[in-house]
Amino acid sequence: MSERVNVKKKSPAPDADKVSAAKASAALPALGAKEMLRFAWTQLTSMRTALFLLLLLAVAAVPGSLFPQRPANPSVVTQYIKDHPDYGKLLDSLQLYDVYSSVWFSAIYLLLFISLIGCVVPRAIAHYKAMRSQPPRTPKRLSRLPEYGTLVIPADAGIPASDAIHGAAGLLKKRGYRVEVRDADGERPSLGAERGLSKEVGNLVFHTSLIGVLVSVAIGGLFGYSGQRILVEGDTFVNTLVGYDQFTPGTNFQSSQLQPYSVQLDKFDITFDRESQGKFGQPIDFSAAVTTKENPDAPAKKETLKVNDPITLGGTSIYLTGNGYAPVVTIRDGAGNVAMQGPVVAKLQGDNYYSSVVIKVPDAKPDQLGFQGFFLPTAFVTEQGVSFSGDPDLFNPQLSLNSYYGDLGLDSGSPQNVFEIDVKDLTPLNARNLDAGGITLSPGTSYTLPDGKGSISFDGVKRYVGVDIHHNPGQLYALIFALLAVAGLILSLYVNRRRAWVRTGTHDDGRTMVEYGLLARGEDHRLAGEAAAIRTLLVREWGLTADPEQDGHRQEDSPQSQQTPSSLGDNGAGTPTPASPAGPEKDQ
Amino acid sequence: MPFGINETMGQYSELFMLLAAGTYTVAFIAFAWDLAKSSRALQAIDLKAAQAVEPAKVPAAVGAGNRAESSVGGPAGRAERPSSSAASGTPAGGGIVTAGADMKYSAARRAPARVAVALTVLGALIHAAGVVTRALGAGRVPWGNMYEFLTTGAFVAIAVFLLVLIRRDLRFLGTFVVGLAIIMLVAASVAYWTPVGHLVPALQSYWLIIHVSIAVLSSALFTLTFAMSALQLVQSHRQKTVAAGGEDKLGFMRLVPSALSLENLSYRINAIAFIGWTFTLMFGAIWAEKAWGRFWGWDTKEVWTFVIWVVYAGYLHARATRGWTGTRAAWLSIVGYLCVVFNFTIVNQFFNGLHSYSGL
Ligand code: HEM
Repeated sequence: MSERVNVKKKSPAPDADKVSAAKASAALPALGAKEMLRFAWTQLTSMRTALFLLLLLAVAAVPGSLFPQRPANPSVVTQYIKDHPDYGKLLDSLQLYDVYSSVWFSAIYLLLFISLIGCVVPRAIAHYKAMRSQPPRTPKRLSRLPEYGTLVIPADAGIPASDAIHGAAGLLKKRGYRVEVRDADGERPSLGAERGLSKEVGNLVFHTSLIGVLVSVAIGGLFGYSGQRILVEGDTFVNTLVGYDQFTPGTNFQSSQLQPYSVQLDKFDITFDRESQGKFGQPIDFSAAVTTKENPDAPAKKETLKVNDPITLGGTSIYLTGNGYAPVVTIRDGAGNVAMQGPVVAKLQGDNYYSSVVIKVPDAKPDQLGFQGFFLPTAFVTEQGVSFSGDPDLFNPQLSLNSYYGDLGLDSGSPQNVFEIDVKDLTPLNARNLDAGGITLSPGTSYTLPDGKGSISFDGVKRYVGVDIHHNPGQLYALIFALLAVAGLILSLYVNRRRAWVRTGTHDDGRTMVEYGLLARGEDHRLAGEAAAIRTLLVREWGLTADPEQDGHRQEDSPQSQQTPSSLGDNGAGTPTPASPAGPEKDQ
Repeated sequence: MPFGINETMGQYSELFMLLAAGTYTVAFIAFAWDLAKSSRALQAIDLKAAQAVEPAKVPAAVGAGNRAESSVGGPAGRAERPSSSAASGTPAGGGIVTAGADMKYSAARRAPARVAVALTVLGALIHAAGVVTRALGAGRVPWGNMYEFLTTGAFVAIAVFLLVLIRRDLRFLGTFVVGLAIIMLVAASVAYWTPVGHLVPALQSYWLIIHVSIAVLSSALFTLTFAMSALQLVQSHRQKTVAAGGEDKLGFMRLVPSALSLENLSYRINAIAFIGWTFTLMFGAIWAEKAWGRFWGWDTKEVWTFVIWVVYAGYLHARATRGWTGTRAAWLSIVGYLCVVFNFTIVNQFFNGLHSYSGL
C-alpha cells in the first residue's frame, strides 16, 4: 500500500521509469550488464512479481495432490508408472512424483523468497528511518485531508494559540501518537502527530518470519531423522541403527546422534466399538503399555503410548502408527528339531484385521520351509467356501497356510521383503489344489507336514504395534517463527497507521481558532471515529461547549460556518472540499 | 471414550436438521421475494426521480486532493483503495443506483426481508438444536465426519451471517447464504448420512476441536466474501454498462451496494478469515506432528490448505498492487473459495485414508 509506494519512490528506479522500462523491454536497446542486473532486480522485487510468484506457487503445489508422491508412497508411484505405460515415465521426468523437491517448485519458492528479502530489507531500512524521524510536516491545507474539523476557543477562555497547541500535543501523546510541535511561539503554531508505526513493524516481522519458517524446515531436513519399527508384545526396541526396520537419515545425520534408549512393548490393548450400529467393531481406542529406559543404565519407566499422544525420549518422539496380530508358531523341521519359534507379524490386508502371513524357515533341515497364507481373528466361511474375518477381535482365530520346501534364496545375501515370499523355485507341499490340501489351524493345534518335512503348531496370538520415531531439530523453531508470523500479521492487518495535524491561530477578536486534520496510511475504516474521538478530547480539554454538529466539523460545514478560521489565510472559507471523494468509509 | 452413544438423540438431531432445512427453504423464498419486490419498487421510484436527478458531478477536488495529499507523504486515497473498475462506478460515475456504501439499515421498510430474517433466525434455532443433539448423541464435538462437517458448517455459516446482519444490512446476501445452507443440509442428509458414532482414534484429540472449529469458522467467512466478490463483479459490470449509457438490466442489483463498497467490506472480512485460516494451517501442522510425527508432509489435505492460504495471501497482495485491485482481486477471492470447496470435498477421501491408516 502506501509503504510500497514510498519504497518504490525511494528505490533507484522510480515507478514511472520502471513501468515505461517494462513497456519498452521488448525493444530495449543493448543494456550494460549492470543495468540489466539492476533491471532484473527491480522487476523481481516488485509487488507485481511477488503476487505473480505467489499465485504460481499455489498452482505449482496442486499436482502434488493429483499424482502419488514418492516421499509419501514410493511403492504407489512405482505401481502408477507401471499402470500408465503411456505417460507414467514422462510424468516422472517432469518430476511430478517429487513435486515438492522438484527443480521447478524449488525455483518458484526460492525466487519468491529472494523477492521477499529484496522487498523486506529496503522497507525495513525505510521504516527504521521513519521511526527515527519526526512526524511529517504540517500540510498547508488541512482541509484537504479526509478528516478535517475546526474548533473555536472563546477569547475569554484565556488560551492563546501556543497554549492550545501544547494542550493538543499532550492529548495526542496520551493517545499514543508521536507528536512534534512546530513554530510554537509563532503566529500559527502547529503540530504533526503519527501513530501506528507498529503496523509496518508487523508486516516486516510477518514476512521475515516466513523466511524463518523456511530455514527451520531446511534445518529439520538436514539434521533430522526418522525411522520405523514393528514391536510385538514383549519386544524391546533399542535406539541404534540396527534397531530400526526402516531408517531415513537427514542429509547431515550422524549415527552418534542416536541416544541408546529402549522401549519395551508390554501390552497392547484395543477397544472396539460395540455400541453404534453403523460402526460396530470399529476400533475406538488403541493403547500401548510400554516400559522405557533413557539409556541402558537408567531406571525403567512405565508409560502409555496412544494415537495422537506420542512419548518423547532422547530427543525423539515415538508415535503409534499401526498395529495388528502376530500369530505365535512353532515349526519343526524334517529332522525333528525346532527350526523356528515365535510370533509372526501378519500384515493387514482387509476388513476386520484380515491379514496375510508369510513364514520363512531358513534353518529347517534338510529342506528349508516356507509358508504363505492368511490370519483371521474371527474366522467365518461363506457357503462358497471363502473365508473371511467377521470381527476384528479374537473370537475365532484361524491360521490358513500353504506350505513349500526348497531353497528360499536367502543365502545369496540380497535383501528380501519379510512380508513376501517368492514360491517360484519352491515345491508346494500344502495347497488347496493339492491332495494334502491347505493347512488350517486354530490356537493350540498343530499339523504335520506331508512327506516327513516337519510340523507346524499354532501356539497363540500376540498383538504388535508399528511405531514411527522422529527427530526434527527444526520443528521448535518453525513453530516459533510461525507464531511470530501470525503476531506480525495481526499487527499489520489491525493496527491503523494514522497521521494527525493540528494548527492554531489567534483571531483578530481574540478567539483562538483550531483546525485539525487526519490522514490514514492504508486501509482504515475507523478514521472518522478517531477524528470524532480526538475532537471530543479537545473539546473537553478546553472546556468548550460540546456541540460538534454546530461548529465546523467537515460533514456539517456550511457557508456560514463563520467559526472556520478563515482569517488564517490558508484555509479560506470557500476552500473546504464539499465532500471528500477519497476519504475512508465513515461508518463508525 | 468417556461418553456413550445415544441413538435416540441422534434421531432427534436428524429431525431437527430436516425441520431447519424446511424453515430455511421458506426463508429463502422470502429473501427472493424481497429482491424481486424491492427491485420493482425501486424501479418505480427511480422512474420518478429520473428527471429530477442530475448526475452528481465528479467533485473537481479529486485530482487536487490527491496532489495535496502526496505533498504530505502518502495519498489519502489509499485509505480506501479505489479499485480500478469501481472507480468508474462510484456515484460520481453517472446516476446509477446502488445501495448505501455503509451497508447500514435504511429507514425504508422491507417487509419480506424482515420475514426472511425472522425465518432464518427460527431456522437457525432449530438448526442449533440439531447440532447440539447431535453432539449429545455422539458424546463429543459434532464435527467428526462429512455429515457433521456439513450440518455444523451450514449452521456456522448461517450464524455468522446473522451476526453480521446485526451491524450491517447484508440482507441482499440472504438468498445466497440461506440457499447454500439448504444445499449443505440436503447433501448431508442424502449423500453423507452417518449415524451417531465414536471417533476413530486418529481423530481423538483436542486438536480436532481447535483446528476444525477455526477452519469451519474461517470457511463461513470466506463464504460471505465469496458471495460479495461475485456480486462485486456483477455490480461492477452493471455500473460500467450503465455508465457507458447502457441499459440497466439487473434491477435487483439496486439493493446491493456499489462494487467499491463490496470490495472494501469483503476485504475486511477476508482479512479476518485469512488470519483464521493461518491458524487452521498452523494448528493442523501441530496436530499432524502429534498424530503422525511430522508437521508437514504434503498430504493432499495439507496441499490444499496451503494452496488456499497462498491464494488468499495473493488476494491480500493484490489489494496492494496497482492494477490488481477491484475485479482481479475479486476473482482471486472467488478462486480461493472454490479451492475451499474443493478441499472440503477432498476431506472426504482424506478421512477414508485416515481410517485405514489407523488400522495400520
Ligand atoms: C512467501 C511469500 C509471501 C507471502 C506468503 C506473503 C504474504 C503476505 C500477506 C498475508 C500480507 C498481508 C498482510 C498485510 O497486509 O500486511 C502481505 C502483505 C504485503 N506483502 Fe507479502 N507475502 C509474501 C511475499 C512478499 C514479497 C516477495 C513481497 C515484496 C515484493 C511482499 C510485499 C508485501 C507488502 C508490501 C505487503 C503489504 C501490503 C498490505 O499492507 O496490504 N510480500 N504479504
